[in-house]
Amino acid sequence: MNRIDDVAALRDAYDLAVVGAGPAGLAAAATASELGLSVLLADENPTPGGQIYRSVTTTPIQRRAVLGEDYWAGQAVVDRCERSSADYAARTTVWTVGRTELVAGGEGFEVGVSAGGQARLVDARRVILATGALERPMPIPGWTLPGVMTAGAAQIALKSSGLVPEGRVVLAGCGPLLYLLASQLEAAGANIVAVLDTSDRRHALAAAAAVPDFLRSPYLAKGLRLVLNVRRKLRFRGGVTGLRAEGDGRVQRVVVERGAARETLACDMLLLHQGVIPNPNMTSAVGCEQAWDDEQRCWTPRLDAWFGASVPGIAIAGDGAGIGGAESAALRGEVAALDAAHRIGRIDEAERDRRAAPVRSALQKSMRGRRFLDLMYRPAPAFLAPQDPSTIVCRCEEVTAGQLRETTRRLGVQGPNQMKTFLRCGMGPCQGRLCGSTVTEIIAEVRGVSPAEVGAYRLRPPVKPITLGELANLPKTDAAIKAVCR
Amino acid sequence: MFRPMLDPGAPAGAPLRFTFDGVVMTARAGDTVAAALLANGVAVNRETPVSGAPRGAYCMMGVCFECLVVIDGVGNRQGCLVPLEDGMRIETQHGARQAEFREGIEA
Repeated sequence: MNRIDDVAALRDAYDLAVVGAGPAGLAAAATASELGLSVLLADENPTPGGQIYRSVTTTPIQRRAVLGEDYWAGQAVVDRCERSSADYAARTTVWTVGRTELVAGGEGFEVGVSAGGQARLVDARRVILATGALERPMPIPGWTLPGVMTAGAAQIALKSSGLVPEGRVVLAGCGPLLYLLASQLEAAGANIVAVLDTSDRRHALAAAAAVPDFLRSPYLAKGLRLVLNVRRKLRFRGGVTGLRAEGDGRVQRVVVERGAARETLACDMLLLHQGVIPNPNMTSAVGCEQAWDDEQRCWTPRLDAWFGASVPGIAIAGDGAGIGGAESAALRGEVAALDAAHRIGRIDEAERDRRAAPVRSALQKSMRGRRFLDLMYRPAPAFLAPQDPSTIVCRCEEVTAGQLRETTRRLGVQGPNQMKTFLRCGMGPCQGRLCGSTVTEIIAEVRGVSPAEVGAYRLRPPVKPITLGELANLPKTDAAIKAVCR
Repeated sequence: MFRPMLDPGAPAGAPLRFTFDGVVMTARAGDTVAAALLANGVAVNRETPVSGAPRGAYCMMGVCFECLVVIDGVGNRQGCLVPLEDGMRIETQHGARQAEFREGIEA
């Protein structure tokens, strides 16, 4: 892997551009370059690993037990890519991917990259988007107070900097990652005063149907151990139906409702988490069709058996293709890369299929039991569409749940794009990442229809902000100059 | 906000020096700007353009834009994506950007 810090040092054209250096992107880049493709792997973080294997090559943490062996498995994924000949552009933001006529001839993509204040367009014959997941927003009253963070944020601080939240820490939400983080933070010495579980107990019944599959799943033993550990060691409160963060200028307490009962817990930090959803920004902006997944309660891109998206030439691998976890992500990356190598003509169809067979069977095994987790930990409606009208939903533009409901009702708003024009929700710097799913849920609730019918924000490049200066300094083609100069 | 985990085996390198709103602070080489601020007890790094409400880092993975700060005079930088460098001048990002009118530039 050749680390490239300066966009000027990139080649003009690659066979394959991979966006995101988590397990899916690393495996895709390694597989493709092992098969002889020229590969660009671009990622905005300083080191490879994505969020799940965050800083696995540089973490200051020496006590391996704190993060657990599943984390350290990331080293092998990075190592394989490290041995490959892929160009790795770290600290590099991909802000657009658009179809274009390639300089070398034929159809392909122009990939907009930016690093160190310099932007550039690079050609690629094919693209694999491995932009991963984000934590599903968990809007509660007071979640914008300093001292309230996502559980994943605390995990990132721990992995990359060996930092532990100070003072009294409360964790709240649901899903396997919440228990994992509670366990990791406890091992790292954090003072966890409570774990508040917002799982909807009614979902246990729906999940029961998926139990036989789950019993054969690799998640079972690990999951049980985690949950038991958290319940034994920490102050665990189940059946939480309402949460409110309060404090003067920063979080000082959490008001917890469990049905009719209410208690107040003093705290210095509140960490929220209710599962992860595919990050839709890049995949949507590029024009890949999305479909509503009612079991995972999120939008996932429409994909073929090789993770090919609705835009020919683009594949989506990893959790961005639908939540499957780190192990599945790497395997999906490999499958997508084998197909890319075939389409570019490096291997024939039989060779692709032969190489993919064992990967597919490992993938199937790694996905076993996933459905049980999806059904069991689907967030309760009150945490998907907050009921308290004062709850801020769009953190950037400070739009509340009350405004969204009122506007949907009074003006007959049909979907999130129309809502933007009235309230500016989703139009701040985060480009709807932290409110998109909630805005859709609230409109669906008021209209009494499925989120599938309400739709999602229409997203456009640039998917990450770049400066006007960077845009202005892009090298221009003759055609582009003729279009504006007389 | 955050403190280093007690880990006797952790490599101890020379810390980096930087300032936040003029206050001299130090942090571990390898930290991002957002992590360095959290490790120095900084809870608030920006005020929103809409209401001026105080905000601190929220997701630490480049998604939420709550960790926006001014770094060496350049605003709207995502602190969680920028590795800390020795001597960096980091400032709170206050509200909305005001247009600057300079002499000699005609509208």
